Amino acid sequence: MRLQFILSEIGLGLRRNLSMTISVILVTFVSLTFVGAAALLQLQINQVKGDWYDKVEVSVFLCPKDSERPTCAGGEVTDQQIEALKTELESDSLAPYVKKVYLETKEQAYASFQKRFGQEAWAQGVTADQLQASFRVALVNPEQYQVVSDAFTGRQGVEEVRDQRKVVEPLILVLNRASLVAAGLAAVMLLAAVLLITTTIRLSALSRRRETGIMRLVGASNLFIQLPFMLEGAIAATIGAALSVAGLWFGVKYLVQEWLAQSVTFIQYVSTADVWRIAPVLVVVAIGLAAVSSVVTLSRYTKV
Amino acid sequence: MIRFENVTKVYARGARPALDAVDLEVERGEFVFLVGASGSGKSTFLRLVLREERPSDGKIFVAGRDLSTLSTWKVPHLRRQIGTVFQDFRLLPNKTVFENVAFALQVIGKPRHHIMTTVPDTLELVGLGGKEKRRPHELSGGEQQRVAIARAFVNRPSILLADEPTGNLDPTTSVGIMRLLDRINRTGTTVLMATHDDEIVDQMRKRVVELDSGQLVRDQSRGVYGSSR
Repeated sequence: MRLQFILSEIGLGLRRNLSMTISVILVTFVSLTFVGAAALLQLQINQVKGDWYDKVEVSVFLCPKDSERPTCAGGEVTDQQIEALKTELESDSLAPYVKKVYLETKEQAYASFQKRFGQEAWAQGVTADQLQASFRVALVNPEQYQVVSDAFTGRQGVEEVRDQRKVVEPLILVLNRASLVAAGLAAVMLLAAVLLITTTIRLSALSRRRETGIMRLVGASNLFIQLPFMLEGAIAATIGAALSVAGLWFGVKYLVQEWLAQSVTFIQYVSTADVWRIAPVLVVVAIGLAAVSSVVTLSRYTKV
Repeated sequence: MIRFENVTKVYARGARPALDAVDLEVERGEFVFLVGASGSGKSTFLRLVLREERPSDGKIFVAGRDLSTLSTWKVPHLRRQIGTVFQDFRLLPNKTVFENVAFALQVIGKPRHHIMTTVPDTLELVGLGGKEKRRPHELSGGEQQRVAIARAFVNRPSILLADEPTGNLDPTTSVGIMRLLDRINRTGTTVLMATHDDEIVDQMRKRVVELDSGQLVRDQSRGVYGSSR
């Protein structure tokens, strides 16, 4: 009896305020889409960091035959210099920073060059002598690039120390900014959602003043009076959350997986599985919003 | 059943009290008229019994409960023992007679079979048998008030409060309503009725309590509306 009665009250309320209900659904939809987008961007950032920081190395490029750098004045790097640099890289003082070192010779560089660009016409004339040998240094903590850079920049036989992390860093920065923007918009939209849900519940409570007045008079409990209003808000917000999950799912599926992932292939992208991971969070946020709004409103409009 | 001990109610600071040191005891099963001019404190009295207001001073006991110590969440239970009828009926226009009365039981969680047996009984009692499917606007004023009384009485409260129940009705219809209230009173329900209707008070010869500017000026058993008239 009770459940059936409450359900019919909810249905009545949702239908009576149909346009308001729809606006609540839309506002929660949009705001939670922004929340979800911010969350997905953060996941993407973590993924990029995880992927790249593992692979990324500091490359210590050694002097090729005819470099114009002052440190390469002595011509191509000698075996002696290589040996000295290697010893130093593997020394105890650098041990806390350096995970692994290996030497890529000119020939190895040529082999990987051929593998990558061998098909291209312009690459046909390149010989091993035009390429340079390098130390590939994997760091314990990729952020401590500066230590290695300071130690080897300007040394005889070293042309340049390059941090490959610099390649991804702008990307991470862009993603971070985008997620901040999304989070900012989400905050504004969430505020709008709270205000709108509050107004909707208030209107709903006012339009049913007569009923609630009689309910109070004949001794219905507070919870019984307020529950239909709370559930109305919660249902509308949950539908909004469901829509935003659907929106994010389609966004990730068609924009990221089927378009970005096809055209820009060098990073791993978030997947629809990640959307399912954040879906419960979005639903909880939606219900939380509705709960906060209804508690605030109902304590004023349907008190005993 | 209802006991006021030195009850004072002041709405706004510094204003004249709506009720001023009222002492009153109403026994179980009594029928009491509450009379007095507009603004004499009748409505405040009823609101205090329902605990829609709390007294500024003094103590109120209703159905064995001390309202000053009654916690907010227990107020609904108090109200389940009090039926209330108003001058303006306060029916739900989009519900039928049956649904209006059943509403009072639904919202306090009574089971369906209980509602299906109690509501027709009560409608029969108030003389509306056969009109279950009508809507309020299809009924006369007297019939609407009967629906309101049925709703107030359907949960068999021990107290029935009536705030000018005949105020919108013609004298003949009023007599019918008074007969009904009298019948309800005879089932053991305490009835407290605020009214302006001197003819009815004079006819019924029940206990009369008169308020004037918030003060209890007369308490007379088998009384009349006003000796001054």
